[in-house]
Amino acid sequence: MDERFKELLEKWRGTSGSVIPLLQKTQALYSYLPRDAMSEIARATGKSPAEIYGVATFYSQFRFEPMGKHVVKVCHGTACHVSGAELLDETLQSELKTEVGRTTGDGMFTTERVACLGCCSLAPVVMIDNEVYGKLTGEKLKKIIRKIEKTEKEE
Amino acid sequence: MAARKVIVGLGSCGIAAGARDAYSVFEESLKAKAGVSPGFLLEPTGCIGACHREPLVEVREDDGTTYLYSEVDKKRAKEILEKHVLGGEVIEDWLLPDDYPYFSKQKKIVLAHSGLIDPESIDDYIEIGGYEALKHVLFEMEPEAVIEEIRISGLRGRGGAGFPTGLKWGFARKSEGDKKYIVCNADEGDPGAFMDRSVLEGDPHAVIEGMLIAAYAIGSDEGYIYVRAEYPLAIKRLEIAIDQAHRHNLLGSDIMGSGFSFDIHIKEGAGAFVCGEETALMASIEGKRGMPRLRPPFPAESGLWGKPTNINNVETLANVPAIIRMGGSKYARIGTEKSKGTKVFALAGKIKRGGMVEVPMGMTLREVIFDIGGGIKEDKKFKAVQLGGPSGGCLPESLLDTPVDYDSLVATGAIMGSGGMVVMDETTCMVDVAKFFLSFTQSESCGKCTFCRIGTKRMLEILERITEGRGRMEDIDELEELAAKIKVTSLCGLGQTAPNPVLTTLKYFREEYIEHIVNKRCPAKKCKALIRYRVIADACTGCTLCAKACPTGAVTGKRKEPHFINQDACIKCGLCFEACRFDAIEITTGKEEVASTSLSKGR
Repeated sequence: MDERFKELLEKWRGTSGSVIPLLQKTQALYSYLPRDAMSEIARATGKSPAEIYGVATFYSQFRFEPMGKHVVKVCHGTACHVSGAELLDETLQSELKTEVGRTTGDGMFTTERVACLGCCSLAPVVMIDNEVYGKLTGEKLKKIIRKIEKTEKEE
Repeated sequence: MAARKVIVGLGSCGIAAGARDAYSVFEESLKAKAGVSPGFLLEPTGCIGACHREPLVEVREDDGTTYLYSEVDKKRAKEILEKHVLGGEVIEDWLLPDDYPYFSKQKKIVLAHSGLIDPESIDDYIEIGGYEALKHVLFEMEPEAVIEEIRISGLRGRGGAGFPTGLKWGFARKSEGDKKYIVCNADEGDPGAFMDRSVLEGDPHAVIEGMLIAAYAIGSDEGYIYVRAEYPLAIKRLEIAIDQAHRHNLLGSDIMGSGFSFDIHIKEGAGAFVCGEETALMASIEGKRGMPRLRPPFPAESGLWGKPTNINNVETLANVPAIIRMGGSKYARIGTEKSKGTKVFALAGKIKRGGMVEVPMGMTLREVIFDIGGGIKEDKKFKAVQLGGPSGGCLPESLLDTPVDYDSLVATGAIMGSGGMVVMDETTCMVDVAKFFLSFTQSESCGKCTFCRIGTKRMLEILERITEGRGRMEDIDELEELAAKIKVTSLCGLGQTAPNPVLTTLKYFREEYIEHIVNKRCPAKKCKALIRYRVIADACTGCTLCAKACPTGAVTGKRKEPHFINQDACIKCGLCFEACRFDAIEITTGKEEVASTSLSKGR
């Protein structure tokens, strides 16, 4: 077991309501929730693995597979929906040759649809690796993705 | 004498618009002048409100005169630095005028400090009178008197339901128990709403002070702020604020030597809309699946870990220090008979001037949308305004004179909601909007109540059928029947209000449903199955941009010759339409589609 993960379990031992923070910190560590880690969390909190799995699958934040290097979140809030978020999905699909919600074959991009990023006045928006890009068009998004791809290739 | 200041709006929206670039221009100048008197101070602030003109930079002269610059990109920032800040020459063209209508009709109580103070500085907050209300309450008021003051103010819950706050506090106060909790609900989940985020980012201490006053009033010593994980900046600023409050003895034990103790924890949500419901939120804090439970018992009797708990929304709590400062009866003079004070709205969608607006209750929707918001983008025709997110409804032009207050809005079939106000124009399909909200609530239903779980799914299937051109007239009756049943058989607000977007669009835009069903037409030209993209041969220059944009190779044609879209291969993604610079691609629907297709074939 990873040292940092062990520390995490120790830190939260005995704290009431620790399951969700533990899952969040574990995901921050590994970018997803490995099966073994969930079993360890169950043991540390005195719950059954089924309970932990039940909590983890209830919340949309948790993932059970590793993420791509870059995470592209397409906002599908109301303002973005009426301002053309669908077109951004289409652009990503045609650029990255993968469905929104999946990770590209080379592990470079994970794309997902999210409910609302709260930047409605800049609609439609996309968040790439915690940076928000607003007032997008398909063309602008294509350029941003290609720029990331280019930087990756150069490295 | 106050120093000259350059203040940059660094809320999430501002940052997304590029405010950090502007900030760094001034920062670098300060660094370069290290040791020399630079002649100005640089400060970040929260949301200034005019999100449509972000990034915003304010220059505040030492005599208090302010100049608010808009759309400050790196280039403008450099020029403002050189000409105005260092050279003393105001650049009039980029200023937002003092009488900018977006600001002049607003009344700011909750947002009074947002965009004015540095949210990461407790000294800034204290300087403008922060924590005075807390001090007054702790040393000069009995808890019952605090509750009475809030009752007199007429404050109602700003999360959407509008329950009287004073009454709620009274229940929690009367509840027996040695341990009581205060919870701040910052799980702002409605798509299209960002008021709470702006308040937390712009004035976090006001929320903390509100929680402290509530805690003193009900007799609690521990509180939680349940905030969406999607709001990293709000979380960061809250953490800073809590830490500062501790160091100033405004949180912790024996606050200001009063004998009163209180502490706050932050809990990050994990992405479940239903957790905005109070009993689900408490289950989530306890580390369980966030599923609502039957009430009674209400949280005031048995809440978090079975203890009496008082839950208020961010905006409600942010009102509290202001009410104590001005007095309940003065606050009650703002607004209408049954809805007192102001309401913050997140104005977005097809609106010219979008952003955070705070208006006195009772202002009409028309005033908010046209006077403050400046009307519809590109001067298109107003079609509807959506209020209250997935729990609310779409109102047509004929209801624009409805005053913004809890009861008038409920009477229309919409709700006040938490404050999302999304404006739609003629290019928005109302059936599609209903489908959008229903697919949201359907996927966010926790699954506990059968009608909410399965009924919303069946309603969604019907809407999908209609938008795909396979609808039947009976579908409308079935939608209405299911909607009525979901409303009465659901345990929590999510299910009880989930049908509202469908019911209001059926009530006010029924003809659009009928167009989809009978004529297989989507008047807004949005529903993919009912539209076609077509090249207008006369306008096409053969530039090939559309063919390059097409992901399926459906667009063909030689260079400098009119192109052609093969309908069988077209997936209607709209990328060619966006790519075309000559307006040479048109969208057709229904019978006109048939007519023009045969026309194009004839060519």
